[in-house]
Amino acid sequence: MRESNEITALDRTLLDGFQRDFPLEPRPFARIAECLGIGEDEVIERLRLLQEAGLVSRVGPVFPPNRIGVSTLAALAVEPERLEEVAALISALPEVNHNYEREHHFNLWFVATAPNRAHLDRVLEEISERTGLEVLDLPMIQDFHIDLGFRLQWT
Amino acid sequence: MDMKVYPNPLDCDASAPQIQSELDDPVQKALIKAIEGGLPLTARPYALIGERLGICEAEVIGRIQLLFDNDLIKRMGVVVRHGQLGYKANAMVVWDIPDERVGEIGRCFGRFPFVTLCYQRPRCLPQWRYNLFTMIHGRGHDEVRARIETMADHCALQDKQYEVLFSRRCFKQRGARYVSLDGEPGQSE
Repeated sequence: MRESNEITALDRTLLDGFQRDFPLEPRPFARIAECLGIGEDEVIERLRLLQEAGLVSRVGPVFPPNRIGVSTLAALAVEPERLEEVAALISALPEVNHNYEREHHFNLWFVATAPNRAHLDRVLEEISERTGLEVLDLPMIQDFHIDLGFRLQWT
Repeated sequence: MDMKVYPNPLDCDASAPQIQSELDDPVQKALIKAIEGGLPLTARPYALIGERLGICEAEVIGRIQLLFDNDLIKRMGVVVRHGQLGYKANAMVVWDIPDERVGEIGRCFGRFPFVTLCYQRPRCLPQWRYNLFTMIHGRGHDEVRARIETMADHCALQDKQYEVLFSRRCFKQRGARYVSLDGEPGQSE
């Protein structure tokens, strides 16, 4: 796959068809393999390649926000010449899992999670101190979206 | 510097007794830590996790089922990186919705298949006036903009107060770590 840089029909099925209901049984990949009519080893190998290629982040659980721990969406308005330096500082924090540059006055957006709010507050305070910037802290109030995974349209 | 913490109404929910007691259980906590970065890609992943935690395979499966039963896992499976799959235009669209309509509009927006996240968040005046956040994926800026129009029209939003924040660069994207954060906050990885 990486050699040809092509996504096969099998990859598409793996990417699109198994985003939820991962089998909770001793040999989950064997169950998936059975659905696809291929071998268990092949399923594992394809997923490993897709992960290596960066197309798959992981095979695992997605936790709802603010149930197990707490999270927030935060933003900074960074001077363009400092953006990479500040982004690197933020990405290095283990509490941060998403960090994006976006087209706006608030140009750096990141999601931070922690076991509790006090921990999260300390992280945001540290970011504010180390960058000298004000942190826009926008924790979720209500989730209106039902997560059915991400439907890919192959064209 | 203003580092005010905004009251989050859901905090009450997050500390509901049942959930709290479950997370006080060190094995359950260790299990979450073991799976939050993804399951091992091996024939018997639950057995391997159990080995690491000192519990049996069946207990691992039972405990993951318990997390589902308590709505502590939203879904489990392949988590794709859409940015790598041709969905180059990932736009965070932020809307200024009258507070009394935010529930109705949020539910309406949340039903579109191309809306992958739809959250109400606090305003932070004067810097930030938007209270509804939607993540919209599309294969180009035009497609995303057309989808925004569709949403606003379909949900009868006359006063379209919104901004589109297209992503320019992704510096980091991985699953959240809720419990794998031993030690002091903010220590570099």
